[in-house]
Amino acid sequence: MEKLLMKGNEALAEAAIRAGCQCFFGYPITPQSELPAYLAREMPKRGRVFLQAESEIAAINMVYGAAGAGARVMTSSSGPGISLKQEGISYLCGAELPCLIVNIVRGGPGLGDIQPAQSDYFQATRGGGHGDYRTIVFAPSSVQELVDLVYDAFDLADIYRNPVMILGDGILGQMMEPVVFREKPRRQLPPKTWATTGKKGRGQNIITSLYLDPVKLEQHNWKLDKKYREIMARECRWEVINGDDAEYFVVAYGICARIAFSAIEMARSAGVKAGLIRPVTLWPYPQKAFDDVMNRAKAFLTVELSLGQMIDDVKLSVNGRAPVYFYGRPGGMVPTAEDIFNEILKMKGASV
Amino acid sequence: MKVVFERPRSLQLTRTHYCPGCGHGIVHRLVAEIIDEFNIQEKTIGIAPVGCSVLAYNYFDIDMQQAAHGRAPAVATGIKRVLPDRVVFAYQGDGDLASIGTAEIIHAAGRSENITVIFINNAIYGMTGGQMAPTTLVGQKTETTPYGRDPKMAGYPIKICEILSVMDGPAFIARVAISDVKNILKAKSMIKKAFQMQIENRGFSLVEILSPCPTNWGMTPGDAMRWINDEMTKVFPPGIYKESWEVLA
Amino acid sequence: MNKLVIDKDRCKGCGLCIEVCPKKILHFDNSIVNLLGYHPVAADDGCIACGFCSTICPDIVFSVYKDVKEGETVGKAVDEGQ
Ligand SMILES: Cc1ncc(C[n+]2csc(CCOP(=O)(O)OP(=O)(O)O)c2C)c(N)n1
Ligand code: SF4
Ligand code: SF4
Ligand code: SF4
Ligand SMILES: [Mg+2]
Repeated sequence: MEKLLMKGNEALAEAAIRAGCQCFFGYPITPQSELPAYLAREMPKRGRVFLQAESEIAAINMVYGAAGAGARVMTSSSGPGISLKQEGISYLCGAELPCLIVNIVRGGPGLGDIQPAQSDYFQATRGGGHGDYRTIVFAPSSVQELVDLVYDAFDLADIYRNPVMILGDGILGQMMEPVVFREKPRRQLPPKTWATTGKKGRGQNIITSLYLDPVKLEQHNWKLDKKYREIMARECRWEVINGDDAEYFVVAYGICARIAFSAIEMARSAGVKAGLIRPVTLWPYPQKAFDDVMNRAKAFLTVELSLGQMIDDVKLSVNGRAPVYFYGRPGGMVPTAEDIFNEILKMKGASV
Repeated sequence: MKVVFERPRSLQLTRTHYCPGCGHGIVHRLVAEIIDEFNIQEKTIGIAPVGCSVLAYNYFDIDMQQAAHGRAPAVATGIKRVLPDRVVFAYQGDGDLASIGTAEIIHAAGRSENITVIFINNAIYGMTGGQMAPTTLVGQKTETTPYGRDPKMAGYPIKICEILSVMDGPAFIARVAISDVKNILKAKSMIKKAFQMQIENRGFSLVEILSPCPTNWGMTPGDAMRWINDEMTKVFPPGIYKESWEVLA
Repeated sequence: MNKLVIDKDRCKGCGLCIEVCPKKILHFDNSIVNLLGYHPVAADDGCIACGFCSTICPDIVFSVYKDVKEGETVGKAVDEGQ
C-alpha cells in the first residue's frame, strides 16, 4: 500500500474524506488551520460540503442540522473554539446525533497561546457543557494512528449515535510522518431510520433533546447511561509498553506518550524496570490497563502538558493501590525525554 | 358543499399549549396550509426554536429538528446543505432570532442560504415570562423594563427586515401583521411567496410576523390585536423590504 | 345551507372569532365548560361561510363549508389567501 508523507492536520482531513465525511463546518483557529484549508480544496472536488461558518457556535449547530439529516459530518477547532461549541455538543449528546469533533489543543486558559497543550482534558472527558453526557474521546500519538482513528471515530459515532472527539495537539497537527490510508473493512453500521429527511413513506421523525416531563427525561438519561456503559465495556483502547516486567510506569497520551517512550528507554538502559501506559481512549478511560499491571507496579508517574488533569483518572484507576506522581508542563511548554527520565528516577527513589 | 376551511393536513390534531389568542397558533396554521398547497409535506423539514414555539414539532406533521436558542438558521443551513432538494424552514421568535441569534440570521441571509425563516415578532420574551425583547417598543412595560423601555438604558428596538434588506444575499424579506382577517390573509400570501422563493431556488427568504402575546402584554386577545395595528406597525411598518427573483447560480 | 363545524374541546375562549364574525352569530356558550376549562364558542343560524372565524382562530376550532350553486365562488377572504 502506498505510503504518503503528510502533515497531521492534512492527513486527518484526507482520512475524513476517505471515511465518507460528507460535510465540514468550521471556523478558523490556529493550530488546526491546515485541516479546513485541505478540506476547502478537496471537498468541493469530490462533491461534498465545505462551509466556513460565522463562528464556532454556528459551526457546531450546522453539524447538528447535518447530522440530524443523516449525513456523516465533522467540525474542527482548538480550545477557545471548542469552548464555544459546548452548548452544541450538549445538544448533540441529548439528541443522540453522531459527528466527529476535532480539538487540536493549544495552551490556555483564555486566549493562551498556540503551542501544544493537553489542558482541555477535563473539558473533553468530563463534558464542558451542561447536563449528564459523555463523548467518546480518542487521543492519537502518531499521524498514522490519527488517520486510523478518524475511520473508527466516524463508525463509533454512527454505531452509538454519539459525538466522538479526537484530541490532538499542535505538534501532532504539524508533524510530517509517513501514512498509509488503509481501506479498512467498514463496520456494520445501523441504518439512520431516525434522520429528518422529509417524512415520505414513513411517520414523522423528530430530533430533539427536550423532555419537559421529568419522568421522560429521567428515562432518557437512563437510556443514555446504558449506552455509555456499553461504550465503557466495549470501546476502551490503550497501549502498554514493557507490561510484562515493568515496575515503574509512566502514564501519558498523545505527544507526551512519544516523549515518555524515549524516557522509559533511557530508564531501562539505566537499569530501571520502566514501562508506559498510553491511553488511546480518554473516555472511556482504560482502567483495565492498570488492573493488568497492578501485581508488579510499584508506582505511576503521570506526564501531561497541563497542571494535571488526566491524573484524576489515573488515581481513580489505581484506586490507592500504588502511589501516583505527577510531572507536567503547562502553557505550551513541552518536556524533554531527559526531564521525564529524571522524574522516573525520582519516582523510583521516592517509592523504595 | 365547498370546503372554505378545514384543518390542514400538515398540522397534527394535537391541541397546542399556547395561551388563548396567541399568534403562534395562527402562524402554524398558515405555514401548514402553504405546505399543503405546495404539496411538500413529505419533503419539508422544519426547525423549532427555543421559545414558546419550542414544541412546534408536536403540532406540525412533518419532520422537524429542535435547535439551540438562536441557532435555527445554522441548523437549517446544515440540513439544507445535506439535502438541497428538500424544503427547509426555521421558525423563530424575536428573542431567538434578533437577540441571541443575530449572528446566525445575518450570516444565513448573507450566504443567501436557500431556506425560509418564519420570524415571530411579539415584542417580548414569551416563554420566560415576559422580559424585554430586542423588539420591545420604547416605553413598553415588561418584566425587565417595569417603568417602560427607556432607550437611555435599554436602547432601541432592532428592525430585522430593515437590516437584512440592505444586504445582497436575501431574495425575499417582508414584514406582515396577523392583527385582523385581512392582514392574516396578506401574511399568508407573503409566507407563501417566501416558500415559493425557496422552491424555485432563489435563495434566502424571511417573513417577519407581528404577532400577539396577550398573556405577557397583559391584554385581552382582542386588545392585543388592536395594539399591533395601533402601536407595533408604527415602529415596524409592514411591507415587502426586498424581493429579487434571480435564481441562485 | 352552509355548514359550520365547531370542535368545542379545542376552543380556548379567546373571543377573536366573535369579534370578526360579520354576521355576529358567534358567542360563548356559558352553559358548558370544555376539556380545556373554557366556555367554548357556539353559533346561531345565519352563517355565510365567509371563513373569517376560521382565519383568525389560533386553535383550529372551526371547519367551514359553503353551499355553492353552480359557477359560484366562495368568500373573498378565502380566495385571497389561495
Ligand atoms: C442559551 C439559552 N439562554 C436562555 C434560555 C432561556 N430562554 C428560553 S425561551 C427564551 C426567550 C424566547 O423568546 P422569543 O424568542 O421571543 O420567543 P417567544 O417565547 O416570545 O415566542 C429564553 C431567553 C435558553 N433556553 N437557552
Ligand atoms: S406567552 Fe405569549 S407567545 Fe407564549 S404562548 Fe402565551 S401568548 Fe403565546
Ligand atoms: S364563517 Fe363567517 S359568518 Fe360563519 S360563523 Fe364564521 S365568521 Fe361568522
Ligand atoms: S377564536 Fe377559536 S379559540 Fe378563540 S374563542 Fe373563537 S373558537 Fe375559541
Ligand atoms: Mg418573542
